[in-house]
Amino acid sequence: MMASSYNAKEEDGPHSGTPGLGGAAVTKSKKPDNTAFKQQRLVAWQPILTAGTVLPAFFVIGIFFIPIGIALFVTSNNIKEFEIDYTGVDADSPCYSCAKDFSWNSTTSCTCSVDFKLEQPFESNVFMYYGLSNFYQNHRRYVKSRDDSQLYGDLSALTNPSKECEPYRTSNGLPIAPCGAIANSLFNDTLELYYVDSNGTRKEIPLVKKGIAWWTDKHVKFRNPGGNDNLTVSFEGNSKPVNWRKAVYELDPTDSENNGFINEDFIVWMRTAALPTFRKLYRIIQKKSSNTATLPSGNYVLEITYNYPVLSFDGRKRMILSTISWMGGKNPFLGIAYLTVGSICFFLGVVLLIIHHKYDTRNTSADIPS
Amino acid sequence: MSLQCIGEDNWVDTRTVYIGHKEPPPGTEAFIQQRFPDNRIVSSKYTFWNFIPKNMFEQFRRVANFYFLIIFLVQLIIDTPTSPVTSGLPLFFVIIVTAIKQGYEDWLRHKSDNAVNHCPVHVVENGNVVCKQSCKLRVGDIVLVKEDESFPCDLILLSSSQHDGTCFVTTASLDGESSHKTYHAVQDTKAYNNEREVTSIHGTIECEQPQPDLYKFVGRINIYMNNEPVARPLGSENLLLRGATLKNTKYIYAAAIYTGMETKMALNYQAKSQKRSAVEKSMNAYLVVYLCILVSKSLINTMLKYVWQADANRDEPWYNQRTEAEKHRHIVIRAFTDFLAFMVLFNYIIPVSMYVTVEMQKFLGSYFIIWDHEMLDEETEERAVVNTSDLNEELGQVEYVFTDKTGTLTENNMEFIECCVDGYVYVPHAICNGQLMPDAVGMDMIDTSPGPDSREREELFFRALCLCHTVQVKEEETVDGLKHGSHHGKSSSFYISSSPDEVALVEGMKRLGFTYIRLKEGHMEISNREDEIERFELLEVLTFDSVRRRMSVIVKTSTGEFYLFCKGADSSIFPRVISGKVEQIRSRVEQNALVGLRTLCVAYKRLSPEQYQEVCHLLSNAKLALQDRDKRLAEAYDLIEKDLILLGATAVEDRLQDKAADTIESLHKAGIKVWVLTGDKMETAAATCYASKLFHPNTQILELTTKRTEEQSLHDVLFDLSRTILRQHGNMTRNTFSSLSDDCTDYGLIIDGATLSAVMRPSQEDSNSGNYREIFLDICRNCSAVLCCRMAPLQKAQIVKLVKTSKEHPITLAIGDGANDVSMILEAHVGIGIMGKEGRQAMRNSDYAIPKFKHLKKLLLVHGHYYYIRISELVQYFFYKNVCFIFPQFLYQFFCGFSQQPLYDTAYLTLYNISFTSLPILIYSLIEQHVNVDVLKKDPFLYRDIAKNSLLRWSTFIYWTLLGIYEAFIMFFGVYFLFDNTAFTSNGQMFGNWTFGTLVFTVLVFTVTFKLALDTHYWTWINHFVIWGSLIFFVVFSLLSGGIIWPFLNYQRMYYVFIQVLSSGPAWLSIILLITASLLPDVLKKVMWRALWPTTTEYIQMGPDSQGRDTAAVGHCLIRLLCTLLCVYKYT
Repeated sequence: MMASSYNAKEEDGPHSGTPGLGGAAVTKSKKPDNTAFKQQRLVAWQPILTAGTVLPAFFVIGIFFIPIGIALFVTSNNIKEFEIDYTGVDADSPCYSCAKDFSWNSTTSCTCSVDFKLEQPFESNVFMYYGLSNFYQNHRRYVKSRDDSQLYGDLSALTNPSKECEPYRTSNGLPIAPCGAIANSLFNDTLELYYVDSNGTRKEIPLVKKGIAWWTDKHVKFRNPGGNDNLTVSFEGNSKPVNWRKAVYELDPTDSENNGFINEDFIVWMRTAALPTFRKLYRIIQKKSSNTATLPSGNYVLEITYNYPVLSFDGRKRMILSTISWMGGKNPFLGIAYLTVGSICFFLGVVLLIIHHKYDTRNTSADIPS
Repeated sequence: MSLQCIGEDNWVDTRTVYIGHKEPPPGTEAFIQQRFPDNRIVSSKYTFWNFIPKNMFEQFRRVANFYFLIIFLVQLIIDTPTSPVTSGLPLFFVIIVTAIKQGYEDWLRHKSDNAVNHCPVHVVENGNVVCKQSCKLRVGDIVLVKEDESFPCDLILLSSSQHDGTCFVTTASLDGESSHKTYHAVQDTKAYNNEREVTSIHGTIECEQPQPDLYKFVGRINIYMNNEPVARPLGSENLLLRGATLKNTKYIYAAAIYTGMETKMALNYQAKSQKRSAVEKSMNAYLVVYLCILVSKSLINTMLKYVWQADANRDEPWYNQRTEAEKHRHIVIRAFTDFLAFMVLFNYIIPVSMYVTVEMQKFLGSYFIIWDHEMLDEETEERAVVNTSDLNEELGQVEYVFTDKTGTLTENNMEFIECCVDGYVYVPHAICNGQLMPDAVGMDMIDTSPGPDSREREELFFRALCLCHTVQVKEEETVDGLKHGSHHGKSSSFYISSSPDEVALVEGMKRLGFTYIRLKEGHMEISNREDEIERFELLEVLTFDSVRRRMSVIVKTSTGEFYLFCKGADSSIFPRVISGKVEQIRSRVEQNALVGLRTLCVAYKRLSPEQYQEVCHLLSNAKLALQDRDKRLAEAYDLIEKDLILLGATAVEDRLQDKAADTIESLHKAGIKVWVLTGDKMETAAATCYASKLFHPNTQILELTTKRTEEQSLHDVLFDLSRTILRQHGNMTRNTFSSLSDDCTDYGLIIDGATLSAVMRPSQEDSNSGNYREIFLDICRNCSAVLCCRMAPLQKAQIVKLVKTSKEHPITLAIGDGANDVSMILEAHVGIGIMGKEGRQAMRNSDYAIPKFKHLKKLLLVHGHYYYIRISELVQYFFYKNVCFIFPQFLYQFFCGFSQQPLYDTAYLTLYNISFTSLPILIYSLIEQHVNVDVLKKDPFLYRDIAKNSLLRWSTFIYWTLLGIYEAFIMFFGVYFLFDNTAFTSNGQMFGNWTFGTLVFTVLVFTVTFKLALDTHYWTWINHFVIWGSLIFFVVFSLLSGGIIWPFLNYQRMYYVFIQVLSSGPAWLSIILLITASLLPDVLKKVMWRALWPTTTEYIQMGPDSQGRDTAAVGHCLIRLLCTLLCVYKYT
């Protein structure tokens, strides 16, 4: 297709159709260079995969993978994780009424509280997640429905958001900030955790809301237009997303470093999840001192301000408490996979060893068929 | 010859030409003046105006281009997951580059056409010679051609500078016969040999409409003398063909009858059609399979999407509403749009880059042929030429080689080797100072001192050779090429003959002391060893014909004795011999024939005056006969040429090209069948075949020639032969394969042109029509070698076509050096031109041109082999890597609500094929050598390992595809389970969908590159550089592109994604794990297959001289070490 022939430089014409008359000018070509590359005789390493060469590799893989697998598996098992579904599907669940009576127009928020008990204390820092199921944050229409320039603080994008944001681009004639389906559907349940000690008193557990978003997102990718002060002025010409109860500059009025586009809850939400069942980091419970557990075993109450409807699309909401190791949260998969692959390699190594011994001697003695 | 027999209906099939455009005198038959084309040759394809539409049309006729165009248009029209730039840019780049290239080539063709068409020719107009451009020549013009000029169109010879109205012509560039042929003018016009007289010729020529057969011509010339028409028949001896060259004649006058594209040469020239290689066909088949996969994937996803979306809350949950416009769109349109969007999403499975890479590989790869030092001709300093690189890999697939003989297998240079008189062997170069030295080495039968009697015989033999020929002497010293040998010494005369053998013989005699001087006034003059002139009166010449295969002369010596000298093929002489040392000579002749020398036997007979009178009577009777003259003559010759006394035999060599026999043997070993197609006569050709080891001494020769078919019907002969063959074949299959090599006789078939056309002719009885071809092919298939002699150029092409279209569809290769080979070069899958002496026609029309026949060995066995394994890996790998690439996207649709969400970022989608994985495979496909060059040359049978497109079989293709799908599953689900609802960083933060894609993509790039690394058998520094380089490039690119907020992009989704991945331990671990798991089955398969069912190539690879052995030994040591280590490990 590109260049199938290059007779042109060798000869005057590819074929003229008349011998003799054309007077083919034959250019005497010069002697080709005799370099190793041109003669296809470059120095080369010529490895061949045989049972003999591959065998050690299999054993090595087996020997390395099996211990790694064991280590991963043990680590994963040591991680403590607690998960509770608070959607309120069943009639006897605490949030049933909140879930059932949900209306976009209600001005008062519905709250409910869920009791649960931790059997084992959580020693190190505890990470509190909210989880959603059957929520397609990775739907194409959804994923692209955002304007990164707007979120970067671009003023023109603020007044004229990207078309990708449709149908969440304008509301009542005013451009929406932040525009798009992702921002519009920001998770807005509020979760509070109380420890119920032995005499029944509730003690609020301090939840840290800093450090839940990627550092680069918070400090580079997301920016408020016109700085972090006077957000009200900055967003004057904009409308709030249709499903929001409050405007973007009211996300965290107490902390100007966490308000507007750089609100960490907002940033976390804006990173669309890969799969329809996902969790997102909500708060961090920091370990206070070395001798007390972050979350001692006992009874807890989860107070929920129920704002986020999921039942309409058969979704679920969860709250997850988890400790974290160097390898992240609880996930036995990696350990098991390492063990499996390692064992398979080892087993194959043995099989190949047998084959190698049985056939290799025969092969070398056999004649080459012609 | 007369046209009277042709009925009125056939008048359209003839044309009437007015010589010099002079109307015939009134009263004669009025012919409708026909319109003839001008003498313009057109080989170009486009004109300035139709270039763009025609070229675009041709380009988009390619399935791939059309497909990419459709994808591009779809992307333009509808809202698709990826930008139209991603497919449009590469496509238009490719289209424009191709158009420029083709335009340039066509411009060159225009230029060469113009050069030919504007070449000056001399035309006689109104008694003056006018110089005209060649293309302005018209039918009826009288043309003046001077010596060494070639004829501008097909001409009827009117007169020549020679008084007898003859001229000599070489048709070397037409049919490969380098000898000078004599053409005759019509008796009535030969006197008009200057321009004034020639203008006065008043006549018309009636002849058939142009036909491609070079040797057939029927016509009639009417010359009006005093308004009295004289009609003379015209035959092919009057017709001078375009492309032939006038030799040894000062000038001729001739009338143009066929011009431009109607000349016989142009009709024999077949349009150069685009050749497609077997690999390309496989590629297209794969393409169709992948298109089906693509369409079915899209269909499945579209259907599932609508099933899934049946629930309105899934279709449009509150958080993800459609725009108003989308809501109002009709469901059918929406479904169709979705289908197209899926197509676009998955379209990378058939990447543009594959075509670009294949083209680049072919284009760049062909330079290795040009650069090859071993294919350089030291004498002429010419190297191989690649005219089309499309067929590189086809060189590794050749099953049939059709080779021309003269100039291809042989050097086209006759040389007298020896003669044998009564058992004494004389070799010219063993002569010192005119002293004869019988070559006694190894000749048991030779007496050391010939007696006086044999001395006399010896001289008689030399005289016989000096007299019995039709050689002409040309005194003038002109530069006439090398064909007739250079002449040193006193004589400046040339010998010219229609048979180069005769020239060689006469020259050989000259070196032995007897020089033929000239034919003067009916007397032949020779000078003998004592430099005395002997004169013989030439009485009769019994000319050579291919049925009799001998010729004779009857001479009268100065002493008044009558002698008949006869020389001919051994088979035609021996039965007519009554005395002489037959046995010795026969054994010598046979011995010579076996080494490929062209042998002739010489015999004589002394005639008494009475006998001579009788002979004269016989001959004149036969010559005067009006009916069956040829038959009568033959009978007369038969009567005359008998009771001969055998004198001796001669041996002439048409020297084989250097290493021709070795090449043919190697090709045989490689499983390639070699056919020799030649215009030459059977004996000569057969001798060459023996010399070139095409036929072995124990080869049983089957003849399918005119001689046999005259005795039996073609039908019987064919069935006879096939029965012989099949009987043998039956035995062969019963035997085990081990005995195949030595014991059973192999067959060689000889067929001539006439018989071939009888075989090919679709006969009227439809019962037999197809059968002959089938039987013939059946016979050929079981013959190890086939020789086709007396072939016309188009017949050569027919043979090639016959084999090409037979039911196995073998890959054919035609190799030749002359213009007569052009048609077969064009017809065969691969056409190879030899840069021979006979012009550059073959070279120009060939796909590859090599300086010598011997270079074919390296071209096929080394280059062809390499190109084939390289491109087959390239094709398979490309499909494989795109399955790996796209299948995860397909799987992802099941988890994103079939919303066409791409798994990977746009940059990754675009660059995957263009930069991350393109160079390693390109470099691999350029320099991979699974076996060393020397091994390939040494062991031709390795060629059989790749025969029949074995590396692109469906099973292999399915294996690669399944491997790709397996790896895609591993990669996708590996990452899926890693992501499964959990964090995998130590700070507890979560990753999004782009991280998911990036992780899959990282594993993908590494896996796919490592897979290639595992397949590479030849690691040069370039491979290392490119493989590790492209991995490093991927990492650097990902780091950079994720490290910056790109101001011109409207999304920043990849910001810090890759860096975040790298900061996570489990991500690293899973990358390592998934790569290992992906590659495991392929490595295992390779090792197992090699251990259990190794191919010949694999044996060779593990041979003692390769490094494989050493590494295996190292492996052994390692294993022992490991075993002991393991024991320790287990016990502790």
